[in-house]
Order: sequence, then C-alpha cells, then structure tokens
Amino acid sequence: MSPIISISNLSKTYATGFHALKGINLDIARGEIFALLGPNGAGKTTLISTVCGIVNPSGGTVTVDGHDILTDFRKARELIGLVPQELTTDAFETVWATTSFSRGLFGKAANPAHIERVLKDLSLWDKKDNKIMTLSGGMKRRVLIAKALSHEPRILFLDEPTAGVDVQLRKDMWEVVRKLRASGVTIILTTHYIEEAEEMADRIGVINKGELIVVEEKKTLISKLGKKQLTLELQKKLDAVPQVIFADQLTLSADGMNLTYTYDTEAERTGITRLLNALSEADIRFRDLSTTQSSLEDIFVDLVRQPR
Amino acid sequence: MNIHAVRSIYMFEMSRTARTLMQSIVSPVLSTSLYFVVFGAAIGSRITQIEGIEYGAFIVPGLIMLTLLTQSVMNASFGIYFPRFTGTIYELLSAPISYIEIVLGYVGAAATKSIILGLIILATAGFFVPLRIAHPVWMMAFLLLTAITFSLLGFIIGIWADGFEKLQIIPLLLITPLTFLGGSFYSINVLPPFWQTVSLFNPVVYLVSGFRWSFYEVSDVHVGTSLAMTFVFLIACLGVVGWIFKTGYRLKN
Ligand SMILES: Nc1ncnc2c1ncn2[C@@H]1O[C@H](COP(=O)(O)OP(=O)(O)OP(=O)(O)O)[C@@H](O)[C@H]1O
Ligand SMILES: [Mg+2]
Repeated sequence: MSPIISISNLSKTYATGFHALKGINLDIARGEIFALLGPNGAGKTTLISTVCGIVNPSGGTVTVDGHDILTDFRKARELIGLVPQELTTDAFETVWATTSFSRGLFGKAANPAHIERVLKDLSLWDKKDNKIMTLSGGMKRRVLIAKALSHEPRILFLDEPTAGVDVQLRKDMWEVVRKLRASGVTIILTTHYIEEAEEMADRIGVINKGELIVVEEKKTLISKLGKKQLTLELQKKLDAVPQVIFADQLTLSADGMNLTYTYDTEAERTGITRLLNALSEADIRFRDLSTTQSSLEDIFVDLVRQPR
Repeated sequence: MNIHAVRSIYMFEMSRTARTLMQSIVSPVLSTSLYFVVFGAAIGSRITQIEGIEYGAFIVPGLIMLTLLTQSVMNASFGIYFPRFTGTIYELLSAPISYIEIVLGYVGAAATKSIILGLIILATAGFFVPLRIAHPVWMMAFLLLTAITFSLLGFIIGIWADGFEKLQIIPLLLITPLTFLGGSFYSINVLPPFWQTVSLFNPVVYLVSGFRWSFYEVSDVHVGTSLAMTFVFLIACLGVVGWIFKTGYRLKN
C-alpha cells in the first residue's frame, strides 16, 4: 500500500537563518503508530507543523494521501487532526462550543452524536458546559485532543500529548490512541517518555539537529542497536581486566568484584561459552551471573550523544 | 469553498459579541447619545442650520460613521489578533480553509456587528432629532461598504499588530481624528479654501459626504466620487489582505 504521508527532502530554515530541518525523507504507513523521538530543539514540532500547514517549508515536498500539502492543501488538511505541544486554548468558550467549532472549521457538518462520543471517550463529558479556563492543565490537554478528533481525521498528530499529564490519564490516553489505531487512524506522536514509545509505537524515528538519524521498526531497533550485558559476580577481587579472549569487551567494576561482558544480540554467536571457558582456564571463578538488555532509552541516549 | 468553516468562524465571533454585549453595544450607544446632548442640544441650539438642515440632524450621519469606522476596525482587529496572541491561530492555519474563508468569517462578523451598532445609533438618534432618509437603499449600501472596508482594515491591523497597544493606537490616532476632521460635525464648505483642499486628502470626507447625501441629499463631494472612493479603499484593503495570506506575513514562519 502507498504510504499515507510521504515526506521528501523537506527542509526548513527559519527567518533567523536557523536550519531546523535538513532534508528529511520519511514515509508513514497507513494505520501505523509512529513515534518521533529527539532531544529538545531537534525539530520535531517544526516537522509536524510543516506537514500541518502552520510552518511554510523552505524546500522539499510533502504529500498526504497523495495530496500535496501546498497545491492541494484542502484535501490534505481535511485528513489531519493536530494536537499541538503548547496548551493553546480559548479561555471563555465552553468545551462543547470549542469542540464543535473545530469540526466546522474542518468542513464537516455538525454532528452532536460524534462530539458526544469524543468527549465521553476522553472523560470530558461532565465538563462539556464548563468554560475552558476553569479546567486543569490535563483537562485542557484532553480538550485539545477532542478538538483534533472532532472532524474524524484519518491521521492524528500528537505533539507530546502526555507532557504534564498524570499516570492515570496517560494510561487513558494510550487507550484512546489504541482505539483510534484499531479504527484505522494513523498516529504520529512525539514524546520524551521513551517507555511511551516503547509501549505504543510500531515504528520509531529519531531526529537530532534537524536530521532523521534512524527510522526503524521498534523491535528491529531494539534488537539491532540493543546490546546485552552479562555481569559476573566474582568470588575473588580482580585488580585488572583479565587478558583473556574478548578482553576489549570486558569491564571491571571499581571494587574489582564485578566483571561485565557487553555483546551484540545480533551477532551469530554471542561468545558466552568461549568466554566462560577462557575464564575458568584462567582460574577466575564467580558466584553468580545476570544478563540485562538495553532499553530504548539507552539506545536513544546513545544515538543522540554520538557526534554526527 | 468551505461553508461550514465560514459559518463556524462567523458564529464564534458573533457569540463573542453576545458575551461582551455590555461593551459591544451599550458603550457606543451611550457615547453617541452624549454627542447628541453636547453637540446637538447644547451647541446645536446656537447654530441654526447647515445647508438648510437642523444641526442636530446634520450630524447624525457623521456620528454613525464615527461609530461604524471605529467599531469595524476595533472588532476586526481584535478578532484576529486574539487567536494570534493566545496561539489558537494554529487551528485556523492547519484547517482546510483558504484566506477567503478566514476573511469572510472574521470580517463578516465584524461588519455585521458594526452595522447593527450603526442601526441602533440611527434609532437612538430618532429620539433626539427629526430624521429623514431620502435614499434608504443608498444609505444601507454606504453602511455596508464602509463596514466591510473598515473591517478589512481592522483585520489588517490585527495581523500587523504585535501588542495590544498597537490595536488601540490606530483607532485612537488615525480613525477618530480623521472622522472629526472629515466633516462629521460640519460641512467642509465652511472651511477656508486651503483647508478644503487639505480635507480632500482625508478618506473619511468621502464616506461621510456620501452617507449624508443618502439622508439629506446634500454633500461636500459628488456622491459618485464618494462611491468610487469607497470602492478604491475596499479594493486597496482586499489587495493588502491577499498579499498577507500569500506571503504568510506575521501568520506563518
Ligand atoms: N519561529 C522560530 N524561529 C526561529 N527558530 C525557531 C522557531 N521555532 C523553532 N525554532 C528553532 O528550531 C529548532 C527546532 O525547534 P522545534 O520546536 O521543532 O524542536 P522540538 O524537537 O519540537 O523540541 P521540543 O522537544 O523542545 O519540543 C529549535 O532550535 C528552535 O529554537
Ligand atoms: Mg516540540
């Protein structure tokens, strides 16, 4: 199937001369959940804003379901719902009014039943007649989601939807996102909570300094870049890393009691048997052993730390 | 054309008006009534007639214009400035609408509101002075064109402004003086010739003159000139609005 969003060679230079996006190429598949990760200032919001029409691109093209975002912007934008990063809401409008307003703005005839469903899904129904300014931050975030869903978009952009949201609400939102995905909606989210991406996403893209440095299936990413560590708890203190096989993959803890072997899960052979044999030949004995696998978070920190 | 979007924006703006009914309607009506009391009754009793029209009645079209111009500019500029200020403009920019729908919604609502105000003031004036409207259709046409033109101007100001002060400054420093000097309270024919010529550079002269003609069939400039000038202003404003949206000026990065 053709991708629902196709971004090619997209660049953005702000009026300040800052290159926020440097030739981004990215295809988003229909119905997937795509998580965009990256440190502050990486260009996540700029990328989303450009696709949604809020920021003018400096170069490159974007098509949404085959519609160019500049020349065929009506068809492209109709398909998109956007939940912005900042909590920008009206103050004096009611929840119901602002949600209905959004639906109209996106060219859909009024449909109170749909608005009711959206508000109920987001636990906003009992607040529907409240003015937005009387709501808490987390509720305002939900109002923004309700506005984005008011016109039944096929694609939903969530720019840090769970920033400043409590654990319960975050779980609720994940539930909403899963339900949407089940109904065929494509979701692109940014987050600084790696466990969120790990939990939700099908694919992950990492952006740093305006460049997409990795785009992978989540599972592949974890196993490809994932390193496992075998830690051996020694019976006797060592003064230095023993000069056995794989010595360059071994590290010794400060107290000299733990020897750690780092290996690649992708490699055909992990080398554990050979290492253990070599250690026993060198008469190094251990009390216990454990293995750990690096999380997405470790991978992410590793990736953006590398100078590129 | 995204009709639902136009209606949404229009209704949103009108409900904002309804919510602030007090300052939207009551205060212009009150201040206009004060003008009648001061200019019409107190000063007007010393001035007998201008061009055969009782002074109190003579100033009615000018007063309506004063309200129409200031209210159109203030409403439209505030209407579009506020979403820029709060950030809710993101939604307009990401919606499947072109500038035509945005302008129709915002300018339509601002113009509607100032026309309603104009008519309320007209009715209020009826309490103070005997009114006569020779050409009601032309009267409405001038009302409509002026409201639209100055709502467009307000829209432009609302996009240009980068602070609340700038929103206030144009009506205060430009519209009000131009209206006062534009023959709202006198006929420019009473001025020395030099100042008559200077006055012709004041766009409001043409608006007030044409509008007054539709009431009393007296005018400072020919009514055709008034109409033509009104269209010139309208087209100029449309041109600037078109340019704003084409370039994304102050709207998009
Ligand atoms: N309007 C602007 N003018 C100039 N520079 C901008 C503008 N908006 C963003 N930038 C710059 O572009 C870069 C990318 O910003 P962006 O908001 O896309 O980052 P982000 O990845 O969303 O970060 P965060 O995680 O903090 O939300 C930043 O360095 C920012 O300073
Ligand atoms: Mg951001």
